[in-house]
Amino acid sequence: MHVRHLTLKDFRSYPSAELALTPGVTTLVGRNGQGKTNLVEAIGYLATLGSHRVATDQPLVRFGAAQAIVRGAVVRDDREMMVELEITPGRANRARLGKAPVARPRDVLGTVRTVLFAPEDLALVKGDPSERRRFLDDLLVQRQPRWAGVRSDYDKILKQRGALLKQAAPLFRTRSGKGAGRHTPRAGEPTTAEARESALHTLDVWDTHLATVGAQLLYARLRLLRDLVPDLAECYDAVAETDANARATYKSSLHEDAAKRLAEGEVPEIEELRVAILESIERVRDQEVERGVCLVGPHRDDVVLSLGDLPAKGYASHGESWSFALGLKLAAYRLLRRDLGDDPVLILDDVFAELDTGRRDRLAELVADCEQVLITAAVGADVPTRLRESGHTYAVELGHVSAHPPSAAAATDAVESESESAESGDE
Amino acid sequence: MYEGAVQDLIDELGRLPGVGPKSAQRIAFHLLQADAEDVTRLVTALTEVKAKVRFCEECGNVAQGERCRICADPRRDHSAICVVEEPKDVVAIERTREFRGTYHVLGGAISPIDGIGPDDLRVRELMQRLAGGEVQEVIIATDPNLEGEATATYLSRLLRTTVPDLAVTRLASGLPVGGDLEYADEVTLGRAFEGRRRVDA
Repeated sequence: MHVRHLTLKDFRSYPSAELALTPGVTTLVGRNGQGKTNLVEAIGYLATLGSHRVATDQPLVRFGAAQAIVRGAVVRDDREMMVELEITPGRANRARLGKAPVARPRDVLGTVRTVLFAPEDLALVKGDPSERRRFLDDLLVQRQPRWAGVRSDYDKILKQRGALLKQAAPLFRTRSGKGAGRHTPRAGEPTTAEARESALHTLDVWDTHLATVGAQLLYARLRLLRDLVPDLAECYDAVAETDANARATYKSSLHEDAAKRLAEGEVPEIEELRVAILESIERVRDQEVERGVCLVGPHRDDVVLSLGDLPAKGYASHGESWSFALGLKLAAYRLLRRDLGDDPVLILDDVFAELDTGRRDRLAELVADCEQVLITAAVGADVPTRLRESGHTYAVELGHVSAHPPSAAAATDAVESESESAESGDE
Repeated sequence: MYEGAVQDLIDELGRLPGVGPKSAQRIAFHLLQADAEDVTRLVTALTEVKAKVRFCEECGNVAQGERCRICADPRRDHSAICVVEEPKDVVAIERTREFRGTYHVLGGAISPIDGIGPDDLRVRELMQRLAGGEVQEVIIATDPNLEGEATATYLSRLLRTTVPDLAVTRLASGLPVGGDLEYADEVTLGRAFEGRRRVDA
């Protein structure tokens, strides 16, 4: 698929913007802070209903405006589809598909599919486990939008169960001092023993729900990782031109036996996972009650990335980490392409500046056959010439996008001339 | 901002569920233009509802007397209890005229985030009603959302252990009647598959 047209209104730095796009490579060049990434961020938002840069919607809306609108015309199999999202911070977003509004924004997921690689993705390798979980879960949703529902159900269950554990914690903590805290029963209220009993009963209920939904999510992640790993090794080697054996193994919060099996790449049935989650919860019940935190489940899991025998986190160099993150994204791209029989839109945000010449050229080679590639760069010369020559280059200057004729783009290797022509060629 | 009494009215109306500032303003001006008689009737209704309405001692539904209309009706089947979250759920089920038993209103669903546990619901009262031994079936009709499902799980476990002979059922969830299959969301459709029935030909 490819995005044919992008319209923005009050999105980030753009009061309004119209950007016509074509299949093949499009390079957006401009100095820092001119709004290159905002454009690709908007396309990413259409695909994932989230930004790769910020967790909340507030910064996405231009300062002073009440809401932002992102509209994209997407072409797949020669059919054009219009997706529109209305982003209003603090309220539910509204979405349209074609001309008709949809009941929930979630329903537009899958219309646009993107794989976006940005400097922030370095956190996939160097950051917290949550980054890697999010990577897997986002990819799951891109692959099959129905996982968005499972994911949000799981989050709700976690919140409810977490709240219950926090409320219950004092009941179990103040074993000796009955007078301590606000949980002292008044006359007619249940005694501490009864309250504990009741809390444990209620906890049982949430355990069941957590295990049922958690097992589905866990199963989906394990299957995804199994499909992703072969591509990861290939993509890493292709970018870094080595034979480094890049791997990713699942690190589960389940009890030891189960966790070991999952780390070896086994994908048990959902029912088996459900039982394993319940068993594991049983074993940490005391700790959970004491600390008031859910300690077992997909929300505590991690993916261990390794190069050869060493974990990438801590051991890999900056360049290696960068290549690893890129490898993950390219593997995701291949997976989606294979799964859907259609190319997602590949977005490479500010990637080339960080890579050495060899890696730049090999990356260019890898993405050459993708249906649509959007590249942003502060310095046009960082992007390998063959990529820029094969497609269009736009100059982005202070929130204005101006088209360069492809021939001019090929001729301009220096940034200066590009931004000058941007000033003269304002839309 | 309006002056004095009008703004007070708008503020008060705006506190009602489902009424935003614009709607509050529209209602306030509607009342200003209405006949004094109509307004008095509204005021009386508001005062009466607070003064007279109580909760049924048996099922927890809204009632005028000690027991609600349904619990007091001898023609109702007192061996079946349908457990719901709110009084408005009773009205919804009554509209079907399918159910001739009695109700039990819990007054909400288990939701730790809102600080609602089983002890805050009328679960104890339900157990007392079951202790009589007259009840043969309990139908759990809590909402099919996360909190409602959790409440259903909690109740069915509790009932199964404490009253083993009791028939405990849960309302089916699935496709809406008269709708199109293609418009059903995937969760509903999935549930409908789970609860599919053999066709008797």
